[in-house]
This record gives sequence, structure tokens and C-alpha cells, in this order.
Amino acid sequence: MREFVNYLLFGWYPYLAITVLIVGSILRFDKGQYTWRSQSSQFLRRRQMMLGSNLFHLGVLILFVGHLVGLLTPAAVFSFVGVSHGFKQVTALTVGGIAGIFAFIGCSLLLHRRLFDPRIRRSSSIGDILVLVLIWLQLVLGLATTIWTVNALDGHEMVLFMGWASGLTQFNPGASALIIDTALVYKMHIVLGLTLFLITPFTRLVHIWSAPVWYLFRPGYQIVRSRAKSGASTTPTRGPAGLAPSFGGDSIPRSHSESAQ
Amino acid sequence: MKVRAQIAMVLNLDKCIGCHTCSITCKNVWTNREGVEYAWFNNVESKPGVGYPKDWENQNRWKGGWVRKKNGKIVPRQGSKWRILSKIFANPDLPEIDDFYEPYTFEYEWLQKAPELEAQPSAKPRSLVTGEVLKKIEWSGNWEDDLGGEFSKRSQDYNFEGVEKEIYGQFEQTFLMYLPRLCEHCLNPSCLASCPSGAIYKREEDGIVLIDQDKCRGWRMCVSGCPYKKIYYNWSTGKSEKCIFCYPRIEVGQPTVCSETCVGRIRYLGVVLYDADRIQAAASVEDPKDLYPAQLGVFLDPYDPAIQEQARLDGVPEAWIEAATRSPVYKMAMEWKVAFPLHPEYRTLPMVWYVPPLSPIQSAAEAGKMSVNNGMPDVRSLRIPMRYLANLLTAGDEEPIVAALERMLAMRGFMRAKTVDGRIDESIAENVGLTGPMIEEMYRYMALAAYEDRYVIPTTHRELNEDAYLLRGSTGFGFKEPTNGSTKLNLFGGPKRTPRKPYMDIPT
Repeated sequence: MREFVNYLLFGWYPYLAITVLIVGSILRFDKGQYTWRSQSSQFLRRRQMMLGSNLFHLGVLILFVGHLVGLLTPAAVFSFVGVSHGFKQVTALTVGGIAGIFAFIGCSLLLHRRLFDPRIRRSSSIGDILVLVLIWLQLVLGLATTIWTVNALDGHEMVLFMGWASGLTQFNPGASALIIDTALVYKMHIVLGLTLFLITPFTRLVHIWSAPVWYLFRPGYQIVRSRAKSGASTTPTRGPAGLAPSFGGDSIPRSHSESAQ
Repeated sequence: MKVRAQIAMVLNLDKCIGCHTCSITCKNVWTNREGVEYAWFNNVESKPGVGYPKDWENQNRWKGGWVRKKNGKIVPRQGSKWRILSKIFANPDLPEIDDFYEPYTFEYEWLQKAPELEAQPSAKPRSLVTGEVLKKIEWSGNWEDDLGGEFSKRSQDYNFEGVEKEIYGQFEQTFLMYLPRLCEHCLNPSCLASCPSGAIYKREEDGIVLIDQDKCRGWRMCVSGCPYKKIYYNWSTGKSEKCIFCYPRIEVGQPTVCSETCVGRIRYLGVVLYDADRIQAAASVEDPKDLYPAQLGVFLDPYDPAIQEQARLDGVPEAWIEAATRSPVYKMAMEWKVAFPLHPEYRTLPMVWYVPPLSPIQSAAEAGKMSVNNGMPDVRSLRIPMRYLANLLTAGDEEPIVAALERMLAMRGFMRAKTVDGRIDESIAENVGLTGPMIEEMYRYMALAAYEDRYVIPTTHRELNEDAYLLRGSTGFGFKEPTNGSTKLNLFGGPKRTPRKPYMDIPT
């Protein structure tokens, strides 16, 4: 039974969560981008936002990238570069610990204002509160794992998790057997993390996909849109390539009508 | 040269009576929804006053508009793209809803439904954000209406810069003017420039600046980026909204709702041709006082055959070129020079312009010895200080304002001579650099202000670049997301709603 639950949670649940995350996000983006937003509450109440939101986002971003690099980089790469497991474990513990504390303080501030500021509370959906509570719990669990990690600074447990993660990327759900004997707190951390992936398409978390890095590459500052086509190849009786036939005029998809000034 | 056309607006403040009809009709059409109760795409401010939102003209505080760097380039005052992105988690320059006001309604229904009570029932105010009873309403969309409130607070008005303002606190010396405000549909919009998502855009055909509601992600940089504070964050949908210049009406040749319903007939709508290639240079001139003349230099003469030919090449429809030659906006801004941009120093090249108001002579005692120039009073003895108007409309340069007010006084003098004394006095016109026929035309447009003279709006020629065959069946019946979540259940989370208490009046 224990093996079965372990297999379910760490062999199959990751695939379910990631599939829902990707397919759900695509469907939502396709169905209605009007609901796709960060849903900031700063306009309703500035208090606790400046400190809380900055600490939270910076901390979480560091943690996210750290987990991604730490778990998914093949062990061979680390040995090639000459990074020992022990060194990697200590680095992860230090950087992750500091970022975790940042994020925890930020998240606590944000959760406090969301729950106890009447303006924010009343204008919050269940999803908004749920997301914040789950992330807060996830940060608590993540910080709690450091207590166990301190007793395993040689990184042998970390190697197990790396093996599990790389096993999953090779579509080998059997890799879940690797982590069956690790501490419960790690497992809870993983399951909750995957759950956050799972609920992302249904909550405001979708704004993560929209991190507006493209802004930096916009030529100049201005954007002008024209109803007339620009650059799309047309003939008098056919619309732009790839679209339905156009009789008597051109049809202009948005991607063709926008240009920098 | 790249010729583009824009439907621009002029507001003749000399005739504004501050009735707020424009604001109310606009509100009823566009912002009577949850999340934008506090938003007025069009509002009328009583000046002097701090306005709506409070202190909006203080760009040291809100960081709206552009600044010119030492190397001559302009960047948004909020910072370059990197700086703007670094503020994305929490925007330090974002106003709070209280800087506008907390929207409220009253329990009107309770007045009718209350059972027999010992005390008379009263209609308590309730917040439209939280649904809770508000103990005291502290601020509202036009709290300073008709010089309401103490002078010490009103005189925080940014336009008093360089004016000895103390005397205007005295009852006998005070002055009042109205300032209706809407989105300026700028040539160089800084809201657009600060939008990280690229959701805001300017329409090439008519210059209207819009927010793509599908592309907006609610990063709210536009709210602080707009120096006029005319972008409103909808806290319910999490998207920003702004004045859309009633584009569905403009496209079919109708004036905007605010213009159509203006009882003072102060609003003018017309086509202005401009050179898109000159925008950058005009917005980057060094001295803020040169921004007004620089913007005039961006506008093109619609009577010039060469300009007309270039406009045709650049795809401006024939009807628009013809309308540009009859444009009341062009006449007031370019031919008579009586209209000015609002706060040109923000470097956004705004396209809603204002005719400065005349005002009574400073005081009755001074009236006897007031300086009279050819039968006309010196405009500097008018009650509203020239410097105040100049701070509002020309970045502090008084000369253009003085010239415009003199022309408006000359128009009165000329027409008085004509209709009362029965003589045509060309010298009045010459003194202000005009001719008799020009003054008569000014009179026709500015005093008589017939509907067809005020609004010269060519229709949009969608048929030139849309294919009705492809558009058939694309709207009317479908499963697309309704604009404000009328569906009850939504897998992906609909907009937020205020809990409605019984007896809360529902805003419509």
C-alpha cells in the first residue's frame, strides 16, 4: 500500500499536475484572455504591499529558479564542472534558506492584508485566498525541510531527489521508488508544490506566464495599430496567407496590424 | 513626412458653466459598472483646486509623463524600461483608490421599506468596495465644486506656481474657473510607453488611444505613467480602463457623448493632420515653453496641395482630408491660436486643447483706472492671473495666453461695434493680428457654435480594410467571455464582486 501511494504521488501525480498546468493554461489563454491578469490589489490598499510584494516575489523567483536548476540539471553536469554534492547542498541550503525567509516574510504580510483588510478580503475570490494560503504553507514546509537537511549536509538525500526528478523527465515514473524512504516533510513539500502547479490555470497564478520581458525588446516606446495590413502578402481576391479566402478585401489579424511607431 | 489624421477636441473654457452634464452622461454610458464606480473618464474640476485624483498635477509625486535626459532623449518619468519592470511587483508611484475616493452609495431603499420606528429612518452611506457603512464621506469626484472647502487646501493647486496666491484667498479677490478633463489621446502617450504588456495602442486612422482588454495583464504601470491620471484600474476585473473617445460613435460620424450632451456647447471635434515623423523631435525640445510651439509644428496645413497629396499617399481617406479643411480644431489651434494644450510640459503632445477663459475685471475700484487699450481692457487686469492660465496651458509662457485672450476680447469689441454701433471697425481686428472676416468666422464658431460647425467628423472607412465575408457571424451569438462576467460559474474565475447588502442602491 505504501509503495502504491508513493508511486501514485511521486510517479504519476507530477505528470497529471504538469499536464493540467500546460493544457489548462493554453485552454484558458485561448478561451478568454480577459480573465488573464495579475489581479493586483495594490490600488485598493497600498499598506504592506511595497515590502510584502517585493520580498515575496523576489524570494519566490529565486526559490523557483533554484529548484529548477538544482533538481533538473543532470548530476553529470555538476561532476563535470567540479561541484561536489556536499558543496551544492550547502549552497542550496544557504541561498534557499535566505530566499525562503524573504518569501515567507513577504507572503505573511500579503496573507495578513488579504485576510484582515476588509477591502482586500471582500474583493478576494476563494481562489485568491486559497493560492496565498497554499503558498504560505509551502514556504513553511520548505523552511521546515532545512531542519532535516542540516543533518544531511553531504547531499545524499538531495541526490535522491535529483534522481527522482531526472527520472521523471525521462518518463520513468518508477523513479518514485528512489524517494520512498525520505522524510515526510520533503514529500509533503513536493505534493503541495505539484498541487500549486495543478491549480495554476484556474487561479491568478497564470500571470506568471505573462512576465512581460518582451517589453525590453520593444523598438522604441510607442505602438500604433492600423486596420490596414502591414507586411502581409495578399492578392486582390485572397486574404493574407494562411487565412480563409477573402473576397473583395483583406482581413487583418491583430499580429499583422500592429507596428512600432 | 508621414501624414496621419486624428480626431482632436477643443474645449472653450470661456463658455463652460460647470454643470457636469458631460461627466454624468459619460458615466452612465461607460463606467456604471462594478470596479469602476470611482472612475470618471470625463470629470469637471473647479479651479483653483487640487483636482481629481488629489494633486494629480504634481508629477514629482506621481511620476507621470516624460522627462528629457541630458543627451536630449526623452524617457518616461517613471524610468526606462528596466526601471519600470523593476517596479512591477509593487509600483511605488501608484495612486490608491483613496486618492480618487472610496465609491459609495446610500441605502435609499431603506427610506421606503423601513418599518415603523421611533426615529426617522435615514439613508446611510455604504462603501461600494466593501459594502460596509461609511462613518463619514471624506472625499469625492468633485469635492471642491464651486470653490468648496478651505482656500488653504485648494491653494495646494500646482498651477499657483509663481503666483502670489494669498490674495486669492480673500472673498473679494478670489477667482473660479472650470476645467473639464478627459483622456488627451496624446501623440506621444506615456501611458502607452509604460505598458509592459503592449496592451495600449494608438489607432493610426483616428488617433484614439485604447487599451486592449484581452492583452492587459494588470501591471498598472500606465496608471502612474499617465500624467493626467486618466487611466483607471478596474479593481474588479484587474484591468486598466480609460476614455475611449466614444470610438463607436466617432466611427459613424457622431460626436462623443460628452460633446453631444454639452449644454454650453463648449466642445469642438475635428480632424487634424499631423506629421508622425516629427513627434519624437517635438516632444524632445529642451525648453518646456517651446513644447506648445513645437506641437503646432507637428500639425500640417490641410489646405496645402502638397500635404493633401502626401496624405493620400499615406492612406488618409479623401473624406478625411476634406474634413480637415473644415476642422474647427485646426481653426482654433492653428489659425486663430486661441486654443492650447493642457500641460504641454508633460511632453505627451496632448490632443484635447483648451480655449482659456475670460474673467471679470480684477475689482470694481480698479475698474475706473484700469488700463484701456483702444477701448479694450488690458487682459492682465482680468481676475484670473495670466500666470495661472499659463501654468495650466503653456508651461508658464504668458504671451500666447495674453494674445489669445486679446483676440477673444477683440472679437467682442468688433461684434459690438458691428451690431450695436453699426460700423465695421477693422482696426480692432488689426490690433490683434486678425482681419474682419476672420473675426466674423471666430464669432460664428465660438459664439454661435452651431452643431455642424462644432462637429466635423468624417466616418471611418472600414470597408476599405475589412472583409465583411470573413466577419460574418463573428459576433452576436457565441461563447466568448462576456465583458463583465455575467456568467455565474466560471472555471477560470470571473471578475470580483462587492457583497451587496440589502437596501444598497445599485448604481446604474
